[in-house]
Order: sequence, then C-alpha cells, then structure tokens
Amino acid sequence: MDPYALKTLNAERRARRAAILVTDLGDGRDRIVREGDQVAGELGAAIAKAFRSGNSGSVEAEGRTFFLNAHLPQPCLVVIGAVHISQALAPMAKIAGYPVEIIDPRTAFATSDRFPNVALHAEWPEDVLSRQPLDSYTALAAVTHDPKIDDFALKAALDANCFYVGALGSRKTHAKRVERLLALGATADQIARIHAPIGLDIGAASPAEIAVAVLAQAIQAFRSRGLEAKDAAA
Amino acid sequence: MENSIYLDEARDPLIIAEGWMKDGKDVAIATVVETWGSAPRPVGSHLVIDAEGNFHGSVSGGCVEGAVVTEAIDVIDSGKAKMLEFGVADETAWQVGLSCGGRIKVYVERLG
Repeated sequence: MDPYALKTLNAERRARRAAILVTDLGDGRDRIVREGDQVAGELGAAIAKAFRSGNSGSVEAEGRTFFLNAHLPQPCLVVIGAVHISQALAPMAKIAGYPVEIIDPRTAFATSDRFPNVALHAEWPEDVLSRQPLDSYTALAAVTHDPKIDDFALKAALDANCFYVGALGSRKTHAKRVERLLALGATADQIARIHAPIGLDIGAASPAEIAVAVLAQAIQAFRSRGLEAKDAAA
Repeated sequence: MENSIYLDEARDPLIIAEGWMKDGKDVAIATVVETWGSAPRPVGSHLVIDAEGNFHGSVSGGCVEGAVVTEAIDVIDSGKAKMLEFGVADETAWQVGLSCGGRIKVYVERLG
C-alpha cells in the first residue's frame, strides 16, 4: 500500500468523508477515490455502486482485477425535539444501525428519564451544532414544529448536505416554514430536499408508527444517495 | 449496537499502521478480499503487522492470524505482495484452518 494513500484514507475517515481504496491486485498499485470523483468505465460503475452500498469486494474491469475497499462513515440520525415520536424513534434507529442524538432546549422534554441510553442535549440546536457540525452522513429529523427550535437546524442540515432532512408538520405548516427558510437564505433546490410532511406515506397514526415512517424514509434516502443526481443527468 | 460515529483510534488497524509508519517501522497490511460460506470477518477487514510480529485488527476469529503474521514478515522482507487462502480446518492443517467452515482470501502487502 502506498503510504500517501494510507495517510489520505485515514484523513478522510477522520473527517467522516467516504473514500474507497482501489487496489490493482495484479501489480499492487493503489489509489484513493473520494465520493463524487469521476471514474470512467466499468471500474467507475463498480466504484459508484460500492459508495452506495458500502460493500467492499473484487471487481473485474478493463481486463484487470481490482479490490475496492469501501470506507463509509457511520451514518447517524440527529433528532430535533425530545417529543413522543423521538422516544420511539431513538431505540428503533439504534437497532437499525443508526446512532441517534436528540437536541431540545426544553428541559422538561429533554430528560434522561424520558430518554434512557440516548445521547441527549438539553440545549439550543445553534449551540450543539456549532460544536458538532452536521455532515452528509447525518440525517436530521425536526419534530418539534416550533420554528424557534426547528428552523435553524433545518437550514444547517440543508447547508451541510445531510443525506436526509425531514420536518414534521402539515402541508400548511410547511408552506409557512418554506417562507421562513427562504428568508434565511435557503435556495429552492435546498427546500425541495426537505421531506415534509415527514415520513413515508404508510398511514402512520401513533407516535411510534410515525417513527417507523421517518426511519424508513431516512434509510431509503441513505441507500439511494447519489441516484437523484444520476437520474437528473440521464 | 456498538456503533459510534467516530473512529476508535486506539484500536483502528489503519490508524495504528499510519502511526507505526511515522515511528519508522516496517509494516505489512493484510486485507480480507473474499469470503465464502460463514466467515467471521467481512471483506475489507484488516490485520496490520510490524516487522517484530506485533499486530492489530483481525482477518478471522483468531484462527489464521498466526499464519498471516508469519507470511507478513516475509512480505515485509521481500516487498512482494501475497494472496493467501484459508479453508476449513482438517487434521493436517488444523493450526491454520477456519473451524467455522468458511473460506477466506487474504491479500498481504507491504506499506511503502
């Protein structure tokens, strides 16, 4: 392995950015490909697939055998609002393999009694997210439907290109939210990325059912990363 | 679910390999490149080895690491990468077989 490739790979992994180490098993040469780098041909198609699935493996391309070692950051979920939905969402997401953090400045809601074994911040999203910025391997679900709490976090999630951005509230509530986010400087393309009303349309009624719908929608967004851009280009 | 969103730097084989390299050590990196049947560690898993035989990480459940370390020291000396294959343990090769019944292919290369 090329020492420079190892250093680059570790730097990407520390920064929570996806990278694939591509090794030619014939001659041992290797290089790092970052998510979004253009690689042509069969090898490029295999690399794109590995970025989506996170699965490593060998691939035959251009008459050679390459090993693709995919290093994806651990995806996680940030929930704005320590509400009833979040109480169901936190354990479900953890079981599905998405560590959860909950942010809610209302200390009556954000209690460890209501949220055992969950990373909980009884602070404003502005304060938590300036310490721990969001990134493209983080999903954000805003479920307080209080503009004072949700809006900043939603704008931050759009700017950080979170792989999923969902916001609780009716279409009417969302229309007002869109106006506020536009006033905060969000673009129309960014607004279009918000899933609102939140969650897959499975007719969810109870808080726990809404949590299922939100988690399923976040997983769908994660596993189809990059596909929208490809469809648009096609 | 022991998943944290941050790297476990103290136990991460690739971070350790980089540290060894900075300390001027010779290092080999072993990677699981293929598995068949029940294999204890997924494709992409690493074992990193220095010239003294110190190692971190794993390519199996501890069944074949000893053999990989021996081969890795060879790879550090020669600089020539090797592809190793391990299958089901039998009487003649029980020390380096996989008792779980799977088969794995491990690529061993020198760092630098």
